Amino acid sequence: MILFVETLIGGLLAGTMYSLVAIGFVLIFKASGVFNYSQGALLLFSALALVTFLEMGLSFWPAVLVTMVVMVILSIIIERVVLRPLANRNVMTLFMATLGLTYVIEGAAQGLMGSEVRLLDIGLEDNALFWGDILISEFDLIVACGAAVLVIALAIFFSKTRIGISLRAVADDAAAAQSIGININRIWQIVWAVAAVVGLISGMVWGARQGVAFSLSLVVLKALPVLIIGGFTSIMGAIVGGLLIGAGEALAETYLGPLVGGGITPWFAYVLALAFLFIRPVGLFGEYKVERV
Amino acid sequence: MNSVGAKPTPDLNAIGQAGSGRGTQSWAFLALLAALVLVPLITTEYVTQVVVLPVLVLGLAGLGLNILTGYAGQISLGSGGFMAVGAYAAYVLAIHGGITFFPLTLLLAGVIAGLVGWVFGLPSIRIKGFYVMVTSLAAQFFFEWLFLKFPWFYNYGDVPTISLPPMGLFGLDINGSYVIKYYFTLAFVVALTWMASNLIKSHVGRNWMAIRDMDTAAGVIGIDSKKYKALAFTISAFYLGIAGALWGFIFLGTTSVGSFQIDRSFQILFIIIIGGMSSIRGNYIGAAFIFLLPLVIDYFAKTFIGDTVSPGVLSNFQKFLFGALIIIFLIKEPDGIDKLLRQLMGRVRRWGRKRA
Repeated sequence: MILFVETLIGGLLAGTMYSLVAIGFVLIFKASGVFNYSQGALLLFSALALVTFLEMGLSFWPAVLVTMVVMVILSIIIERVVLRPLANRNVMTLFMATLGLTYVIEGAAQGLMGSEVRLLDIGLEDNALFWGDILISEFDLIVACGAAVLVIALAIFFSKTRIGISLRAVADDAAAAQSIGININRIWQIVWAVAAVVGLISGMVWGARQGVAFSLSLVVLKALPVLIIGGFTSIMGAIVGGLLIGAGEALAETYLGPLVGGGITPWFAYVLALAFLFIRPVGLFGEYKVERV
Repeated sequence: MNSVGAKPTPDLNAIGQAGSGRGTQSWAFLALLAALVLVPLITTEYVTQVVVLPVLVLGLAGLGLNILTGYAGQISLGSGGFMAVGAYAAYVLAIHGGITFFPLTLLLAGVIAGLVGWVFGLPSIRIKGFYVMVTSLAAQFFFEWLFLKFPWFYNYGDVPTISLPPMGLFGLDINGSYVIKYYFTLAFVVALTWMASNLIKSHVGRNWMAIRDMDTAAGVIGIDSKKYKALAFTISAFYLGIAGALWGFIFLGTTSVGSFQIDRSFQILFIIIIGGMSSIRGNYIGAAFIFLLPLVIDYFAKTFIGDTVSPGVLSNFQKFLFGALIIIFLIKEPDGIDKLLRQLMGRVRRWGRKRA
C-alpha cells in the first residue's frame, strides 16, 4: 500500500513537469492553431542559454532575466520570419514548418553554446521528505507548487489583462478579432513569447533534474500524449493530462513493467493516449467541432 | 484538417503536360533508367554502393510515406518504426523461418510490415490530423522498444544487432558483390515504383486524393473513407517495410534498432517535403538531395576549411541548414524540387517552341 501511494505521488509530481511543457503547446495552439513541435527545442535553447549566462559569471536572477529577454527576441524573430509568411496555410504545413524550426533551433543552440551535458543548479535541493511513512521528493514538491503559481498567473493574465482578453478573442475567431482592430501579428508574437517563457521555466526544471543536454529537446515527445488526453485547447486539460500521464507511467512501470521486462515508459504514455482516443477523441477538455463541407 | 498536400486549385499546368509532354517525359524516364543501369559499369564501387544505392532505398521509403501523407493526407512520424518492422521481419523469416530466397523474404517482410501498418492505421477511422500523428509516434516508440527488449528478434545474440545469413538469389549470393546488390535493389525499386504509379493513377489513388482534399466531401460522394485510409496505411507500411529491409541488409549489412529511430522518420518526412508532396519522382529527387547534401557539405568543409572544423560543429550546422531549407521550401515552394524542375522543363519547352 505504501509502495502504491508513494508511486502515485511520485508520478503525480513528475506529471507536473509534463504539464509545464504541455501548457506551452496549448498556448500557441489556442492562439494560432499551430501545433508547435519546436516547444522542446525552445526548452533546450532556454536552458542552454541560462547555463551559458551562469557560466559567464552572472548570478542567478539576472541570468534568468537575460535569458527571458533572449527568448522573447527569439519568439519575435520566429513569428516574423517563419509564421507570418505561412499565415493561412493549412495546419499540417505549419506543423512541418515547426519541425524545420526545431532543427534550426537545436542546431543553433548546440552550435553556439556547445553540445556536452552541463549541470544546472537552480538552488533547489532534492531532499527526501517523509509524510507519515510515505517518501516524497522535495524537489518535485517545490516544482509542483511553482507550476501551480505559474498556472494561476497565466489564468489571471488571460482573464484580466487587455492583452490576455484580445488573445482569447483571436483564439475564438481570428477574423472577427482582426476586424475590431486587434493586431493579430502582435498577438502571435506575445503568445510565442509567453510560451517561450513557459519553456524557460520548464527548461530550468527539467535541466536541473536531468542535466542540460540534447535530450531536453525530446521532452516534447512526452508532451504529445498529455495533449491527447487533455485536449489541444485547454490549459486545465494540459494539467490534468500531465498528472494522469505521470501517475499512469509511474504505476505502469512499477506494476506492469516487471511482467514484460521493464522499460515501458517510452511508449506507455502513448498507449494510454491511444486508449483515450478511442473513447473521447477530443480529449477530456476539448471541444467538438462541426465540420462543414 | 488533414489536407497535407492539398492544392487549392487543380494543377492545370500538370494536366496540360500529361498530354503534350508525354513523349518528352517517357524519354527522360528511359534515359534515367539507362543511366541507373550503367552506374556500376561506369562508376566506382563507392559511388554505386554508398551514393546511388542508399538514395534509391530512401526514395522508396519516401514513396511509402508519400502514399500515406502526400496522396491520402495522413501525416505520420512512424516511418522509421515501419522500416524497422520490415528489417526485423526479414531477419526473423530468414533465421527462424528458414526462408532464404531473398526476393520472397523481402516481399513477405513487406507484407508483415503492411499488416502492422494496417493495425496502427485503425485509429484513423475515428480520428484525424494530429491525433493520427500521435498514433504513428506510438508505433515508432513501441517497435524501438520491442525489437530491443526481446532477444528472439536478434536471435539471442550478445549484442542486439542483426545481419542476414547467406541468402539465395537464383544461385547467387546476395551478400556477394556490390554489383548484385545494386541490380537487385534497382530491379525491386523500379518494379515497386511502377506499381505505385499505376495504383495512384487508378481509382484507388483518386479516392485517396479525394479523402486528402476533404474527407467529409469524399464521404458524401460515396467514397468509403475508412476502407481507403486503412488501405493507404497498409500499402505505405508495405513500401516502408521493404525499404527498411533493403536499408538494413543491402546498404548497411549489419543493422539494429539504432538505424530506424525517430530521426529516420523525420528524414523520410523531409525527403517528401523537399522532393515534392504527391509526386512519385519527387521522392527520389528529395532522397538524393537529403542524402547527398551532408556529403557535399562534408567535402567542402574538408577541402576549403581543412580539418580544423570539429565534426560536432559540422553536424550542428547541417541540422541548422536542413531546418532552414525545410522552412524555406514550405514558404516558397510547398510542392518541392519536383515542381521547380517541372517549371524549368516547361520554360525550356516554351523557349524551344518559340525558336522553332
